[in-house]
Order: sequence, then C-alpha cells, then structure tokens
Amino acid sequence: MPVATKEYEERYLASFQELDSRTGSRVPAWLRRLRQEAAEYFAETGFPTTRNEEWKYTNVAPLLAVPFEPAAEGASLGEEALKPALLDDAEAARLVFVNGRFAETLSSLQGLPSGVVAGSLASALGEAGVEEHLGQIAAHREHPFAALNTAFLQDGAYLRVSKGTVLEKPVHLLFLSASGARPGVSHPRALVVAERDTQFRLVESYFGLPGRLPGGAHFSNAVTEILAGENAMLELVKLQEENAASFHTALLAVRQERGSNVFACSISLQGALVRNDVSAVLAAEGAECTLDGLYLAAGREHVDNHTAIDHASPHCASRQLYKGILDGHAAGVFNGKILVRKDAQKTNAVQSNKNLLLSGDAQINTKPQLEIFADDVRCTHGATIGQIDPEAVFYLRSRGIGPEEARRLLTRAFAAEILERVRVPGVRERVEQALRARWA
Amino acid sequence: MLSIRNLCANAAGSEILRGIDLEVNPGEVHAIMGPNGSGKSTLAHVLAGRDLYDVTNGEVLFEGKNLLAMAPEDRAREGIFLAFQYPVEIPGVGNLYFLRTALNAIRRHRGLEELDAMDFLELVNGKMKSLGMDQTYRERAVNAGFSGGEKKRNEILQMSVLEPKLAILDETDSGLDIDALRIVADGVNALRSPQRAIVVVTHYQRLLNYIIPDKVHVLSGGKIVKSGGKDLALKLEEKGYGWLEDALLVDSG
Repeated sequence: MPVATKEYEERYLASFQELDSRTGSRVPAWLRRLRQEAAEYFAETGFPTTRNEEWKYTNVAPLLAVPFEPAAEGASLGEEALKPALLDDAEAARLVFVNGRFAETLSSLQGLPSGVVAGSLASALGEAGVEEHLGQIAAHREHPFAALNTAFLQDGAYLRVSKGTVLEKPVHLLFLSASGARPGVSHPRALVVAERDTQFRLVESYFGLPGRLPGGAHFSNAVTEILAGENAMLELVKLQEENAASFHTALLAVRQERGSNVFACSISLQGALVRNDVSAVLAAEGAECTLDGLYLAAGREHVDNHTAIDHASPHCASRQLYKGILDGHAAGVFNGKILVRKDAQKTNAVQSNKNLLLSGDAQINTKPQLEIFADDVRCTHGATIGQIDPEAVFYLRSRGIGPEEARRLLTRAFAAEILERVRVPGVRERVEQALRARWA
Repeated sequence: MLSIRNLCANAAGSEILRGIDLEVNPGEVHAIMGPNGSGKSTLAHVLAGRDLYDVTNGEVLFEGKNLLAMAPEDRAREGIFLAFQYPVEIPGVGNLYFLRTALNAIRRHRGLEELDAMDFLELVNGKMKSLGMDQTYRERAVNAGFSGGEKKRNEILQMSVLEPKLAILDETDSGLDIDALRIVADGVNALRSPQRAIVVVTHYQRLLNYIIPDKVHVLSGGKIVKSGGKDLALKLEEKGYGWLEDALLVDSG
C-alpha cells in the first residue's frame, strides 16, 4: 500500500482520537463504544483500493490526495445562502444541516404534524429506539467510508414517524456543505424510523455551496439508516448536487419489515468523485423494494453506484432501474447485487441498468451480481449501453428542430423515465434545470 | 415549386437514382409509383436530407433555392415535410411537446410569434379530432407503442399542424386497412390548396382512389420511365409493372 495512503488513514485516526478524548465522556456510553468500534474497524481495513472487489473500478486516490480537515461550523450562513438548495414544494418539515451539524435557525419545524418527531440526532440520543437502531442498520463493517462516518458521529437528522401516520407533504433533509479556506470533510448522518402503517415521502438533498476556495473542494461522507416498519410505505428521493470539485461517498441502508414498501431514487448530478452504496434488507415476507437511480457525469467526473438487495425472506419483490448519462471523459460504474437466501422462495427480483454515452471517451462499467440460493425464484437482470439514436435525431430535424436541440431533447428524454417516477415535483424541476445547464 | 434535374444518388456505394427529372408546381398532386427497389423511398429521403445517401449528380431547386445545400431542419423550416413510411419511436419525448417545439422552430423562421402551450393545445385539439385521434395521444411519447395506423395518422397530424408548402408522403398507405386509409386520405385532402404541392409515393394504386393525383410518374430502375394522368395508375393496377417494362422495351427496341 502506498505510504501516502497510510498517512491519510493515520491523519483521520488521529482526528478521531482527538474527537474521542474531547467529547467521548459527554456522549452516552453506547455511542462512544459504537464510535470506537467503527474507528477500530477502519484502522484495521483502511481506505479501499482497487484490489478490493467492491472498489475495482473506483480509485479513491484523488480523494485521499486532498488534505481534508473536519469542516468548520457554518454558523454564519443565512437564509440567502440556503435559497439555491431549496425546492419549491411545500414541506411537512425541513431539517437543515451545515457540514453535518444541525442548523436550527435554517430549519423549519413549525406546525410539525402530530406523530412526527424530527430534529437533531444529538438531542435525540436518549429517545426510545435510537440506541436500538443507530449504527445497527448500516453494516459499517462492510463499508469503510461508513465506518469512518460512524467513528465521527456527532450529529445528524433524526426522524421518527409513529404508527399509522400518513404525511401529505414530504419531509426535507437538506445537507449543505460549505467549504471554507481549507478543504473540509463532513459526515452527514440520518436515522429514519418509519413505524408500522406509516406513509410518507422523504427528500434527502446534498448541496455544495460555492465556497471561498476557488472550486472549493468538500468531502461529504454520508450514512442514512432507514427502518421501514410493517406495512410502512416510504418514498425516498436522494438528490446529490455537490460542486464539481467535490467528493461524495454515501451509504443508504434500509431494513424492511413485513409487507413494507420502499421506493428509493438516488439522483447524482455532479461531483469529481461520487460513490453511492444502497443496501436493502428484506427482512420479512411480502416486503417490496424499488431502487431507481439517475447519474449524470461529464468532464472527468467519476460516479459509482453499488446496490445490494438482500432477499432474506420469502415472497419479497425488488426492482432496480438505474440510468446514466455520461459525456466527455466521464466514467460510470454500476454494480447491482442481488442476494436470495436459501429460504427466500417466491422471490421476484428485476434489475436493469441503462446508459447513454454522449461522447466517444465516456465509459461505463456495469455488472450484475446475482447470488441465488433458493430454487423457486424469478430473477432477471439486463444492461444497455447506447448512444443517441441517429434515426430519432433525423426525425426531429426533418420537423424543423435543429441538431443540438434534438440531441438535448433526446438526452432529457432518456432521463425522463426515472424522473416520471419521482413524486416530488421540485426534484424533477431541479434535475431538468441541471440537464439544461450541462447540455445547453 | 420543386425542380429536380438529373438527380443521381447512391446508397452504400450502389447507384439507386440514375437521373430523375421532375417538376412540381403549387396546387398540384403528383403520384410516384414503381416496383420495389425502384428508388421511390430513396428519392423521398434525399429530398428530406437524410445523410445516408450520396448525391452524385444533378440538382434540386425548391422555390428557386438549392435544396441539396440545406440541412434537414432548414428544409423543414423552408416548408418541406416528409411523412415517413416507418416513423421512428422516440420514448420519453411527448407528442405535443415535440410538435410544439417543431412548430415554433418553423414559425420563428417565418418571422411569426411562437405559440404558447394553451394556444397550441387549442390548435391541435381540432386537428386531432378530425383525424379520429383520442386524447390519450397527448400524453404519449412520439410514436411509442403506436400501431402502424396510429403512426401514419401521427404523420398526417404533424403535417396539418406544420402546414408545409411541399408534402411528400412516403408509402403512407402501407400497412393500413381500408378505414385507416380513408382517414389518412381525408387528412391529406383537407390540406390541398393552391399554394401547396403534394407528392404521394406509393406502390399500390389503391390510395390514389382517395387522393386523386393530377400527374402520375412511374419510377423504375432509378429513373422516371413514364408520366401521365390518373389513368396511368389505373392501367398499372390492371396490367402490373411488367406491362410497362415490356412496353418500354418495345418502344426502345
């Protein structure tokens, strides 16, 4: 392993030691243990290299090369700074975090519907269920960056929706990264507990504010844990819009109970290096999981989406549709893992990854990974890699539409399939804006 | 309006059009018939500007301008419309969004104001009704999942919205049953005007019972071998293309 990497690991571990000695005695013992255990795990395994199967196509060296320091508090951010990150939709509640820390003044918790507890995780450590679930849904022993996040866990978003509650409007978790004079790293964290029979939508957005450094780099290392109770119906949209010089690693871990239905759409608009891991465990019968994704990359950007669905119970269904649009010299990676355990009979799992390459130098590595141990199952997977259809371009031109506009129309059309399934209008508009800006 | 002189074109290296001469004036309806492989579709696509074909000789003037030097979108903006034989499906692009974008591109070129969504909808609704197209068409993507008949009707709808000066229909009747055929023909006939020229490319005479041509040309081996009035089409129907070839041999022999 290169000497430099060892140094970076040591730097992060030293940072952890500093954090632990400063705050360790002030947090509940269970949390301190959780953080220490995560740090130990990270100390053992270190940052992943391309020799690690899960990181074969994604080299984190560019990320490690930047001397990130724990990001400063962004206390001075006002409402104005927030504006570009907001969506136009009415919200049931909005929790804003700046560099991972809860920003109460920027959040909106008035008129919280009954049955909803939302706020800072740091303030909720004593609440029922937090100790039970925090750090238990995300398998940070399998994800080095998640382990790092857990080691540095200080604050985050806590959302609990109690039994039977149905929310009309979505809850918005907004994680802002504001890079200062020096490149900063933050570890956004969220714990969402959807009790039985609840129904709601959740928007999780990661927005990089233009910083003081020219093209200020920020590293967001996020972990979101979701527990979907029996019959809960949850729609989650993740919108990742860091700036072009930034890095984003994230783990979304979902655990689904009996009859629950989770739809999670992960949209990645920009970032020098982006790695999203989505892991869903279908822990009881009749659970349904839909994972959608849309990733855009141009220039020299790198975007890697890894999904893993664990059919741990019979009669569960999962669907995955990930679509990528790659231009310039961008590189994309998709790895879709489906694990069907021995007793998970009558599993129905469908996976599809479609990619549109807009340039001769863009590339995509796409791979399904099926591990099937039951014998009465239906599992299908497929991947396509294509370019804009010249027949379609000619058709549009023959009607008076210019060639550039025709290509734009067709690029947006490719993304439309995913956007149509997102039931938060503000998100759709945002993505369309981003598409227009990128491919104008 | 359209003046084709000695047009020669290749596709993938082989000669398809071997010297086409044709004059079309405003207000006229011309039919171009011919056996399979004669070059009918190639001619239509060369006029529309499809880059799969190489023009090796000849010229085409549209309203006095050099058509072959114009990009496809410019030809459309100048007023040429090709109704395709096999319209391509474009999932993800809504029918109405596409049509409004096209119309506005053409209107801009003509110095007219663009139509907003509301005005456009009003315009389109009337035309859709007369073509027997139901409201669901509006939500669907361009030709996506359309039956053959629906695709052809979509071509005619576009034609009636874009109001071209020269409309070329490439085997618009292929794959249609008699009812669909009648609807399509009615749509085309409704567009007849002294300022507009229509060129119907067809293999079968049947369509010409409904869209009655002023002139009929027979394309064979890449050239127009005979021109006449509408009874030429009837004669071909009766006697087949073979009759014409024999007759020509006799003439030249």
